[in-house]
Amino acid sequence: MNAVKIFRVFAWSAVAIAGGVLIGFSGILPGAPQLPRSGTVSSSGVAAVGGSFELTTHKGQRFTDADVAGKPYLVFFGFTFCPDICPTTLSELTIMMSELGADADRFTPLLITVDPERDNQEMLAEYMSAFDSRIVGLRGTPEQTAAAARTFKAYYKKVPLDGGDYTMDHTAGVLLMGANGRYIGMMDMDEARETRIAKLRRLIEKNDPRYPREHPKMDPDGLPLPDTEVSR
Amino acid sequence: MRSNTIAGTAIALAILVMPLKATAHEYTIGTIKIDHPWARVTPPAAPVAGGYITITNSGTEPDRLVSGSSSISQKFEIHESKVVDGVASMRPVVGGVEIAPGATVALKSGGAHIMFIKPAKRFVEGEKFPATLIFEKAGPVTVDFAIQGMGASAPPENHGGHGSMPQ
Repeated sequence: MNAVKIFRVFAWSAVAIAGGVLIGFSGILPGAPQLPRSGTVSSSGVAAVGGSFELTTHKGQRFTDADVAGKPYLVFFGFTFCPDICPTTLSELTIMMSELGADADRFTPLLITVDPERDNQEMLAEYMSAFDSRIVGLRGTPEQTAAAARTFKAYYKKVPLDGGDYTMDHTAGVLLMGANGRYIGMMDMDEARETRIAKLRRLIEKNDPRYPREHPKMDPDGLPLPDTEVSR
Repeated sequence: MRSNTIAGTAIALAILVMPLKATAHEYTIGTIKIDHPWARVTPPAAPVAGGYITITNSGTEPDRLVSGSSSISQKFEIHESKVVDGVASMRPVVGGVEIAPGATVALKSGGAHIMFIKPAKRFVEGEKFPATLIFEKAGPVTVDFAIQGMGASAPPENHGGHGSMPQ
């Protein structure tokens, strides 16, 4: 092996290690959550939002990514000690699903609690009974919860308060996931309801479950990419 | 299915329209005026409920809402919700909420608000309950909180830019 070749091997190894370090750090830095935004869908597979998770529904059944395979779904993180964002997100979803009627059967909204310690299954079951029955409340062990947050690049943190209580910081907003299991964009409850309804309609229309799981490829707006256009 | 959808829409519309129809009510103590105290309907088993008010100080000196109490819940606290860089957080407001002279401060959904922690019962739409608000200078005042639909938020005119909100 001559000197040039050795140098090349060394240089490429350095690039590989540096790349590995960058990938390793992306999405796990506390305080710097890697928030998914429209247009950040990665084609390289690096730091993609979505993937596998394993949790338990508010009715006590095991629920994994396989249960939403081939169907668009929504994911948001919350907890029942939250008086504002969490119940209003659930009630807004309930209103929108009522407006969408049977079309709302074509996607599955998932609430993942970031506070499984206090949000036990009985409580979650009671809590969820106030909302559209198609919304699935999910909880897991601390490890399963952390794994699900990693899957969706979500951030959450337990924050102690005076008097021994605590609160949870968590990623706000609803992630829209395509039928192919890929992240499509966010739905913000501060947006006008018509905008949110339009996003849901686009999600179900462009992600018809009859499409094969990987085709067509979706661009960040949830539209099929031109070269993969599939006729129905 | 069809009738379910219609019924669902009717309920949703009721939730939407109710807060607008709910009778506004107000209280005055000294130079402090309290507009339309309301709390959001809670899901069953909810461990917390949010309370919202608009306070106007027509005096020449600042006052503060420092605390309060109600038999409806184990604790009455003032918290502030924020969403910063996509992360929602909520913290107790230390030292209460200041209302500057001439200012109107809205304790509203998504901002500073009252937390009724461990409510004794579920908050049901259309009901009301008394709570005492304690101001540093104006003193205590007992008001009725009207319970409104879950999707309710502060009326639009209360959004944005009134007075000094604790940051």
